[in-house]
Amino acid sequence: MGVEIVRDLSFSIKPQSFQFLTGPSGAGKTTLLRLMLLSLKPTRGIVKIFGQDASTLDKDSITSLRRRIGVVFQDFRLLDHLTTYENVALPLRVMGRVEANYRAEVVELLRWVGLGERMNALPAVLSGGEKQRAAIARALIARPELLLADEPTGNVDPGLARRLLRLFVELHKSGTAVVIATHDLALMDQFGEARRLVVGDGRLQIFDGESP
Amino acid sequence: MSAVPSLTGRQAGQDIQPDKALRRDMPLVPASSIAGRALVIVIAIMTFLACLTAGGAILVAGASQDWRGEVSREVTIQIKPAPGQDIDAAVAKAVETARKAPGVGDVRALSRQESEQLLEPWLGNGLDLTELPIPRLIVVRMQDLKTPDIAALREALAAQAPGANLDDHRLWLSRLDTMADAIVIFASLLFLLMISAMTMAVGFATRGAMAGNREIIEVLHFVGAADSYISRQFQTHFLRLGLRGGLLGGALAALFFAGASALSAWWTNSVGGEEIGALFGAFSLGGKGYAAILCVAIAIAFLTGAMSRIIVFRHLRRLQ
Repeated sequence: MGVEIVRDLSFSIKPQSFQFLTGPSGAGKTTLLRLMLLSLKPTRGIVKIFGQDASTLDKDSITSLRRRIGVVFQDFRLLDHLTTYENVALPLRVMGRVEANYRAEVVELLRWVGLGERMNALPAVLSGGEKQRAAIARALIARPELLLADEPTGNVDPGLARRLLRLFVELHKSGTAVVIATHDLALMDQFGEARRLVVGDGRLQIFDGESP
Repeated sequence: MSAVPSLTGRQAGQDIQPDKALRRDMPLVPASSIAGRALVIVIAIMTFLACLTAGGAILVAGASQDWRGEVSREVTIQIKPAPGQDIDAAVAKAVETARKAPGVGDVRALSRQESEQLLEPWLGNGLDLTELPIPRLIVVRMQDLKTPDIAALREALAAQAPGANLDDHRLWLSRLDTMADAIVIFASLLFLLMISAMTMAVGFATRGAMAGNREIIEVLHFVGAADSYISRQFQTHFLRLGLRGGLLGGALAALFFAGASALSAWWTNSVGGEEIGALFGAFSLGGKGYAAILCVAIAIAFLTGAMSRIIVFRHLRRLQ
């Protein structure tokens, strides 16, 4: 058994809630996100996702649960041989939806995140900020019930960071639970109503947000 | 996007004029790679060899059918000279008996001179053979039936022309059959070996592609792709490679046989050409042979696709 990154922590993400997951580098923010994404199994303890014990899930159940989760990776994880449009459309494509049916949705979202002119560009020619926006658009396109974002504003300028935060907030208001892992205090201060989960020394402290 | 209507101020699809030149259906497994091109070449070579083997077996099997037909339709009656016997009368009697037998087409007795000529390769020229008791031969061609009634002819000869021996070339036929069957079995084994080698090459290539595309598989999993969907992507990718390699190899094999058929016309007049012609016939595969090549090429493509799907599926199950 390796080193325990986090231990003895209990928390729940309520439907339609908004929280920042924060803490110093290496504290375990990404580990917690991966546990929630079902890409890691805890060495001990229980992870329940949408009411189901993750340790009892078979592969098909994990697949259907992941379709209810949108994820933004710190390193974007865009597929290099696909265009921005194709990358963003990927969650809908793997669900088996017909391209003509989702084209307008994808194009609209791409325009909204400022990538309307970069739809046919490959990730190799996108800037860090453009990749970040494409990764966010991919996470949002299937209208997930839970959005997990790992440093989603790490590579964008403050103006775009504010705009993206607005997008996350609107998404939260439309019914999605949002978890944003970030170091960015200024970003967190812009949405003071959000709950803050602070990881440090393998433990978790929870601070409820200010009342609106 | 209808999830963010308040931000955009419009419903999905409104005022949206998607770029008509939008690229939208790129395969999820990257189509071109050095390993992919190498696999196409390996599959093409294996298909070419497999088609050559299958085509060779078809040619030998076809030629063997021709030999059987030719030899089994012709029988020989041998009249051995005996003291005090009028051999010409015995030959005439045997010819008459043979002509009356059911299923017999043409009967021709070789003259004594013709019989002597048959011995020349062994005894040499310029010998006086008049004093030798040379057997006389009668060549009987049976009618073009699937199963010539040799037994009836044998019975008729035994009853009416005693001393006449009937040779239906059974020994020759059985040797030819054995040789042709051995060639066909050998070719089939060779064919299976090549298919096995190709399957292993595809297996290695699939595992290589899985390793090279690990990140793609991971991302597909995270965006909610089922294992069956991911393995289908790999299957499609390898089916494309298999079709390219298979059709290339099949086309080369078809060209080879077409070229060989054209060249065989030049060989037929040479001594070696006659022997090759005897073994492979006119070296022409015919429509069925070319159809078989096409089938082999397509089957190899589908085998490639199916193999990769199985390997990917197993790999993904292990990832659980």
